[in-house]
Amino acid sequence: MNSFDVEAVRKDFPILEREVPGGRLVYLDSANTSQKPRQVVEAIERHYLEHNANVARAMHTLGAEATEAFEDARTRLGRFIGAPRREEVVFTKNASEALNLVARVLADSGRIGPDAEVVTTEMEHHSNIVPWQLACERTGATLRWFGVTDEGRLDLDDLDSLVTERTAVVTVTWVSNMLGTINPLEPIIRRAHEVGALVVVDASQAVPQLPVDVASLGADFVAFTGHKMVGPTGIGVLWGKHELLASLPPFLGGGEMIETVTMERSTFAPPPARFEAGTPPIAQAVGLAAAADYLDAIGMDAVAAHEQQVTAYALERLQEVPGLTIVGPTEPVDRGGAISFTLGAIHSHDVAQVLDSRGVAIRAGHHCAKPAHLRFGVQSTVRASFYLYTTNDEIDALVDGLVATREYFGA
Amino acid sequence: MNLDTLYQEIILDHYKAPHGAGLRDPFEAEVHHVNPTCGDEITLRVHLADDVVQDVSYDAAGCSISQASASVLNDLVVGKPLTDAMTVLDSFTELMQGKGQVEADEDVLEDGVAFAGVAQFPARIKCALLSWMAFKDAASQAVEESA
Repeated sequence: MNSFDVEAVRKDFPILEREVPGGRLVYLDSANTSQKPRQVVEAIERHYLEHNANVARAMHTLGAEATEAFEDARTRLGRFIGAPRREEVVFTKNASEALNLVARVLADSGRIGPDAEVVTTEMEHHSNIVPWQLACERTGATLRWFGVTDEGRLDLDDLDSLVTERTAVVTVTWVSNMLGTINPLEPIIRRAHEVGALVVVDASQAVPQLPVDVASLGADFVAFTGHKMVGPTGIGVLWGKHELLASLPPFLGGGEMIETVTMERSTFAPPPARFEAGTPPIAQAVGLAAAADYLDAIGMDAVAAHEQQVTAYALERLQEVPGLTIVGPTEPVDRGGAISFTLGAIHSHDVAQVLDSRGVAIRAGHHCAKPAHLRFGVQSTVRASFYLYTTNDEIDALVDGLVATREYFGA
Repeated sequence: MNLDTLYQEIILDHYKAPHGAGLRDPFEAEVHHVNPTCGDEITLRVHLADDVVQDVSYDAAGCSISQASASVLNDLVVGKPLTDAMTVLDSFTELMQGKGQVEADEDVLEDGVAFAGVAQFPARIKCALLSWMAFKDAASQAVEESA
């Protein structure tokens, strides 16, 4: 599809018409959470108003409809990411839970032993650091780190010395939520598999903006969340290779994840149910399937191309602002739609406040990536992030706001 | 919301030239407080003698509101008996948590009244309170230390 029309896309997102105290909303915080199109909200509304029931256990018409809708959503998400089997799609509450799930069960299974090493990177979101720190504390394993170059790229020079026979897991973000960098996964996955390590990919920022095919990617586990890909909050996905999921112990105990329960012991359902204790996010799954329909109707190639165009324009315009320093790659090459920067000595909160007074919504702070900020010697940054509904006019509004911010603080 | 409600001239003056910044000896207690949502940090020392706050020294990294607030804190509590300093702290905390409905007492808060506008910006209240909460913590540790 080559007829991408950003104005037509924007009509599906009523919130973008909102007037906020500073004027017309300019929403540049999509890496935080994306806005939702009418089609997704209506699918959730229809589910609750017409088909609501619990899944897998209700022996009535609505129960059957809800179960079918929930399982159809699993199939739909599997198709969206190119999963070989629908049973490989585990619904979680968000990407953090998906990453905690895989870290926990790999540790519990003994695949991360006391002498093992887990390798991650300095540019991870805290949700792909802390679960592995906890897993290492529980097992006695050691956490090791890929560095980041001055340009904001992953430093793979020591790939062969970091990823060795001792490595149990390599975990890496596909697209950095702070630096915007798109990481080259292929050499990492190749090296990890060479030494028998598993690869976990945090695709929270990748699935929303890039065409994804997990089968050809070759990683063992891929985690992402619904709310960053025009879907609802409260649902995330852990995709895993079926034979691996089938070999791993359960995560949380409860309803739906068992085969049979006696007072002595329980046996567990096969994946994905084994990892989905309790009533799952049913309406959210329906909404997420509608989000996948929405994105596929536009075409993920077109979404990625638009993101690329807006990001290139923003990189160029932002560098015209005196005193502004981009933290992360400044060229629109292998780069996602999030740009973090500092504005002279003006603190990011103060920048955010002035921009908000003009209707421009961005994120300020450490973006849950403190090690990456430390790497660049900054305590906090301003982050503008874009999506399929972002226009060049909105980038211009951001740049005007930044110039005004400098004037306000007398820079 | 008018920006100038938040960024009063007094606040910007304290931000640009903070009073009492830097860490100094002697001190009975040192604390490190972090605002986990934004990463703002302060290391703050309290020196007490004869139940009087002799010095509050600090090293802070943060936004204009949190920096100016630490500067005003230094102005308002250094040289005061601890009980009076705690009265100022209570008054400042009440102002911050008053959702803009609390009348600031200029006799007690002096330059601190400039923060009245901050109470109308819920996301910034914790910025203004960071140094004060650090002071409260350090002062109680210093009292225990000398007990």
